[in-house]
Amino acid sequence: MIKKLVLSFPVDATDRPLIYDLIRVHDVSINILKAEIQPGKTGSLLAEFEADERGIDEAIAYLNDNGVTVSPVSSKVSYDRERCINCGSCVSACFSRALSIGAPEWILRFDPERCIACKLCLKACPLRLFKIEFAEV
Amino acid sequence: MKSFAEINDKIRSGKAVVLTAEEVTRMAKELSPAEIARRVDVVTTATFSATRSSGVFLNFGESDPPTRPERLELNGVRACAGLAVDDTFLGAAEGHPEKVGYGGAHVIEDLVAGKEVTLEAWGKATDDFPREHIRTRVSLESLNEAYLYNPRNASNDGEVAVNSSDQIIYTRAGVLLPRSRNAAYGGAGELSPLVNDPECRTIGPGTRVFLGGAVGYVAWNGTRFHDAGGTGEGRSLALVGDLRGMSTAFLRGVYHERFGVSLFVGVGVPVAVLDEDMARRVSIGNERVEAVIVDHGNGGKVLGTTNYAALQSGEIVINGQRVRSAPVASLAKAREVAATLKSWIAAGEFLLTEPTRPMPVAGALRRLEEKVD
Ligand code: SF4
Ligand code: SF4
Repeated sequence: MIKKLVLSFPVDATDRPLIYDLIRVHDVSINILKAEIQPGKTGSLLAEFEADERGIDEAIAYLNDNGVTVSPVSSKVSYDRERCINCGSCVSACFSRALSIGAPEWILRFDPERCIACKLCLKACPLRLFKIEFAEV
Repeated sequence: MKSFAEINDKIRSGKAVVLTAEEVTRMAKELSPAEIARRVDVVTTATFSATRSSGVFLNFGESDPPTRPERLELNGVRACAGLAVDDTFLGAAEGHPEKVGYGGAHVIEDLVAGKEVTLEAWGKATDDFPREHIRTRVSLESLNEAYLYNPRNASNDGEVAVNSSDQIIYTRAGVLLPRSRNAAYGGAGELSPLVNDPECRTIGPGTRVFLGGAVGYVAWNGTRFHDAGGTGEGRSLALVGDLRGMSTAFLRGVYHERFGVSLFVGVGVPVAVLDEDMARRVSIGNERVEAVIVDHGNGGKVLGTTNYAALQSGEIVINGQRVRSAPVASLAKAREVAATLKSWIAAGEFLLTEPTRPMPVAGALRRLEEKVD
């Protein structure tokens, strides 16, 4: 199975080569989609993990043990549905097609599994309804 | 042939047949215009689009002692100080000098939401108006008058924006990805008011409409009212309505990145199905509503035309290239407006008004010429 996850590294991230360990020791294949790491600050990584379910669970446990928080993309990228006017302006900007709108209802749909945290929707929404927690700047 | 008076009699007695423009278009797949003219009395049309050509006229009353403003601000946004001492006009697209993303449209939304707004005015002391400065708070309740005015709304110029350059650009049609990776379009297609009555046979000064959640009126022809040469494109309406009674569900201040502030306005216009000609017009479907494709990455070059059926399918073809299309105006909201107006008319609460005079004959659109002294 493939899971898209956001990894949040603490300020004092471990010296161990975590990603290397994941690949070598836990046999997880990792596709890094986005990384934002400021030296001395927190860092975030958006990556696809591919392994069987147990492998992914073990990998997450290993990361947690090393102080890294792992969360699904949907918990990191969100928009205020209550205030959304379904104008579609964010859909235009979302080239990975995580955001879509169309018949019959013309209500905004969000598929977090396609999101690559590019943040273009932040600026594209004329009501500023998106919140993306991805690396504290 | 039906007259406005006959349709209104039917509305009063609860017997009028009212459909939304989308519903009548579906009906037209099976019925002839003659049959539709017999069966249907009113068609409701709507849009919910960013309308920079919006603003409010406000009268805030005189203070004691009074001021004669030469400069006026509402929540820090510049308003017109060129009217009588306690009148002002606040433009929706006026931006706050420091707070990027906030402007006149947001002040208007704040007022409609019932919030207090800071009013600050400066002027020179005169014999009658000795006070040079005042800073206070006003609300929709404390104002004498507050009405929305759109010099241009409900324009039926269908436009699709693309960007063929290799840089992302930020426009009034939102974010345009490089190399024509997306196409952004406004309007509500077959549901749009002037698409259903492009010659303004049933719409003119005095026409009662839905505006921002309340009852409003067509004040005049909209600015840029012209003939774009096609099947009636180029028309627009000037609208007016009392801000009291409007709702933030149909009036929203927005900010387009690196372009500016705008106001989303919900507008609904009833079209009287007077005869077979009007029945034919309101039957128009998305595949016959055209839109011009404009390249914002190349000086506004026209790349061709498409139609709303293609646009709403989510993909159009430009010079052989398949391009993803997405709206920048809300069809869901426009439908809500059309359905609300339909329910008002069906309930007998909203009567149609015959235009007090026809719209002007539309000519060519003039451009601004640059003259050197
Ligand atoms: S962050 Fe990028 S990919 Fe994710 S929803 Fe926003 S625009 Fe789409
Ligand atoms: S741009 Fe904002 S308001 Fe418009 S559909 Fe997207 S989230 Fe909703």
